[in-house]
Amino acid sequence: MIINHPLLGPRDSQEFVYLGDASLIDRPNAMAETALDDFHDYLYLRDNPAGSHKELWFHEQGDRSWLVVTRDVTTHEITDVELASDYAKRRGRDR
Amino acid sequence: MSEQLLAPLTALGNDTPVVVTIGGITICENPDLTIASLAARKDRGAELHSKLQADTKVQLPDPGKMMFAEDVAAIWTGVEQWLLLAPISSHPDYAAEVKTVVADSASVTEQTDGWVVFDIAGNNLIPMLERLCNLNSKALSSGEATRCLIEHLGCLIICRESGREFTILGPRSSAASLHHSLVTAAKSIA
Repeated sequence: MIINHPLLGPRDSQEFVYLGDASLIDRPNAMAETALDDFHDYLYLRDNPAGSHKELWFHEQGDRSWLVVTRDVTTHEITDVELASDYAKRRGRDR
Repeated sequence: MSEQLLAPLTALGNDTPVVVTIGGITICENPDLTIASLAARKDRGAELHSKLQADTKVQLPDPGKMMFAEDVAAIWTGVEQWLLLAPISSHPDYAAEVKTVVADSASVTEQTDGWVVFDIAGNNLIPMLERLCNLNSKALSSGEATRCLIEHLGCLIICRESGREFTILGPRSSAASLHHSLVTAAKSIA
């Protein structure tokens, strides 16, 4: 599998480590009133469609950047790769 | 710098750098470089660029690239991170020297003893690199530098002349293993 790194171009997936679903980025506020329920949902309730997933990958043997990879788990086709920092900022995070 | 009382050893543990010639390929240990890492602090990237350029003429390269300024080479290693290479003879305390220039716009760490540097030269090094790593080595042109795996080691591969001259930086504690894999790859195509 080849991952098309947004900065470095196509790189072998051997250089990357998979962490998990990109929804890990949306960590709830631990100080909120509803924190207990929020964390329950964050930890245990995941969509697992037979199709397109957004995943966190780490370029461990390269530039050590975190990426959000959009990958179809039935075909392994990768439709989009972006820096996780860009993805997180778009979702309202400060970094 | 004070007078050295201890005899310095190269990364491969000798008094003098190891030079191996196999077929038309020369693999040469280079102990003459001092290395410092540079990481811009949050939102201070622009300030770092201008400080370095004003005081040392060093321009920080874009992803996957390296740039030279006088005797210093800057290599991109990650988002807002670089390695700076300079000759030890003219920059005996390089990390401190860089820190004075960049002040608190970036973090600087001394890296000289963390790396082993091998210069490789030959008429066609592509078959050798193809045996060592999964980079598209044919597409690497002069001034490109990138980090990738050689055997199990994360190494920086610098292209000085497309297909003919490369420099490989690897972890110093695995210098002999890296040297062995370079020599093996060179022998297999000689």
